[in-house]
Amino acid sequence: MEVINPTIINLIIFVLAIYVGYHVVWNVTPALHTPLMSVTNAISAIVIVGAMLAAALTETLLGQIMGLAAVALASVNVVGGFLVTRRMLEMFKKKQKKVIEGASK
Amino acid sequence: MSMNFVVLLYLLASVCFIQALKGLSHPNTSRLGNAFGMAGMTIAVLTTVALILKLSGEAQSGLLNVFGGMVVGGGLGAIMAKRVEMTKMPELVAFMHSMIGMSAVFIAVAAVAEPKALGIELVDGLIPIGNRFELFVGTFVGAITFSGSVIAFGKLSGSYKLRIFQGAPIVFKGQHLVNLVLALLMLGCGVWFFMTQQWLPFVIMMAIAFVLGVLIIIPIGGADMPVVVSMLNSYSGWAAAGIGFSLNNSMLIIAGSLVGSSGAILSYIMCKAMNRSFFSVILGGFGAEEGAQAGSSEARPVKSGSADDVAFLLGNSDSVVIVPGYGLAVARAQHAVKEMTEKLIAKGVQVRYAIHPVAGRMPGHMNVLLAEAEVAYDQVFEMEDINSDFGQTDVVFVLGANDVVNPAARTPGSAIYGMPILEAYKASNVIVNKRSMASGYAGLDNELFYMDKTMMVFGDAKKVVEDILKALD
Repeated sequence: MEVINPTIINLIIFVLAIYVGYHVVWNVTPALHTPLMSVTNAISAIVIVGAMLAAALTETLLGQIMGLAAVALASVNVVGGFLVTRRMLEMFKKKQKKVIEGASK
Repeated sequence: MSMNFVVLLYLLASVCFIQALKGLSHPNTSRLGNAFGMAGMTIAVLTTVALILKLSGEAQSGLLNVFGGMVVGGGLGAIMAKRVEMTKMPELVAFMHSMIGMSAVFIAVAAVAEPKALGIELVDGLIPIGNRFELFVGTFVGAITFSGSVIAFGKLSGSYKLRIFQGAPIVFKGQHLVNLVLALLMLGCGVWFFMTQQWLPFVIMMAIAFVLGVLIIIPIGGADMPVVVSMLNSYSGWAAAGIGFSLNNSMLIIAGSLVGSSGAILSYIMCKAMNRSFFSVILGGFGAEEGAQAGSSEARPVKSGSADDVAFLLGNSDSVVIVPGYGLAVARAQHAVKEMTEKLIAKGVQVRYAIHPVAGRMPGHMNVLLAEAEVAYDQVFEMEDINSDFGQTDVVFVLGANDVVNPAARTPGSAIYGMPILEAYKASNVIVNKRSMASGYAGLDNELFYMDKTMMVFGDAKKVVEDILKALD
C-alpha cells in the first residue's frame, strides 16, 4: 500500500484540533475571557519545543543565534503567560472566599 | 527514550492544554485548569530536553544555549507577570503575541538554514516540498503577528509620540490597493521559495510580511482594539500550528489550533458586541468621519445632580444595577465602587453589576478589573443575563460607559443600530457619571443622557464615588 504523506496526517490532526478548540472555547465563561487570552498566549508558546531543537542541535552560527533568540522569546510567554493567568484567577478566588465568609456571618 | 515514547508524552501535554482551556468554563475549575496547562508545558519542555540529550550524543553544549535562553526569557516573563497592572493587561497580551510571532519567524529561519537539526529529512538535498510550503506559511503569519502586535501594543499604551502608535486610524488613498499588491508580492516570493528553496525570496517575503503587519493594523482605530487583540491572538496560534506542520510535530499543531480557534471565536464575539463585521474592522477607517460630527452636536439641557443626590437616590432604592465602563478603570475607581456596593448592601439594597462584552479594552477585561477590586463574581452579570431585569430595577448607575447603554442602537438608521446594548433606559431612574458631555467612541449623542428620569453627575469617577460614600454614612 502507498505510504500516506505525513502532511496529510498533520492536516487530520489540525482539523480535529480546531474542532476541539471550537467547542471547548465556546464553553468558556465570558467573565474569564481575559485569562483565556493570557493562557492561550502561554500555550502558543509551545513553539519553544521547536526553538529548543533549533538552539541545541544546529551547528551554524546563524542557526544557533536564531534558536537561542527563539527560546528566549518563547520563554517570556511560557513563564509570563501562565503566571499572569494564575494571578488573575487568584483574584477570582479571593472574592469567592469572601462570599462564603459573608454567608456564614 | 524512543521516538514513539516522545510523541506519546507530547500527546499527554496536548491533552493537558485542552484541559487548561476546559477549566476556564467556571471560575472554580479555572485554577486547576491553569495548573494543567503548566503541567503540560513542563512535560513538553522536559521531553524535549530528553530528546535533545538523545540526539546530540556527546556534544552537550547545545543545551547550555537552551537553558541560557530560558533563564533570560523566563526571568523577564516572571517579572512582567508580577508587575503588570490589571488595566494594562491588553498591552501585555499584545506584547506576548509579538513574542510568539517573532519566535516563530526565528525558528523558521533556523529550519531553512539547517533543516536536519529540526528533524526535517532532506530529499535530494532539498527540504521536502510540503515542509517548504509550511515554512513559508509559518514565517509570514509569524512576521505579520509580530509587527501587527507591536503596533497594537503602541496604540493600546498610547504613551508613544510616534504617529503609527497613536489610537487614531491612519488612512491614505489607495491603502487597500497597496496592501493587496504587497500581499500578492509576498505570496509570489513564497511560491518562488516554494519552487527553489532559495534565501533571497525567503528574506524578501519575510520583509514584506513585517511591513504588511504594520499596514494592516494602522488603519484600525483605538476603539476596535478588542477585536485586533483577539485577532492577533488567533494569528499567533496559527503561526504556532504552521511551525508544527513544518516540524511534523503534532503537539504544536494541536496547541496552535486550540489557540487559533480561541482567538477567532473571541474576535467574532467582540465584533458582534460592537455591531461591526469582521471585515469592516480589518479594512479599518471607522470612527474617522463620525468622530468629526461629535463636536458639532448642539448643547441640549440635561438634569445634573450632586453626589449627595445620588447617595440619597441609591440609599432609598431596593435594587441597583451598576454599569461600569472603561472610564471607571481609567479613574481607578473600582475599589471605591466596591465599598459603595458594600454600604448599599448593608442598607438592604440589592446591588448587581452589568457587564457589556466590550466594557474594557479586551474581552473580559472589566471582569478582571472588578475581580481585582474583590467584587464577588456572583454580583457580576453578563449582558444577556441581566438585560431582562432592567425594567424592574429602581436605579441604574452608569459609570464611565457610553455607547454600550445608548438606546440609539434600537433606532433604525442610527450608526450603531443593531448593536447589543445594556437596556439601562428601561430602569425607573438612571444616574450617569461622566467627566463631560463628550461622546463615546462611536461619536454619537446618547439619548439616555437627556431623558427625564436621568440624572447626570459630572466629574472624575473616583472622586464622585468617594463623595457618594461620604454622603451614604
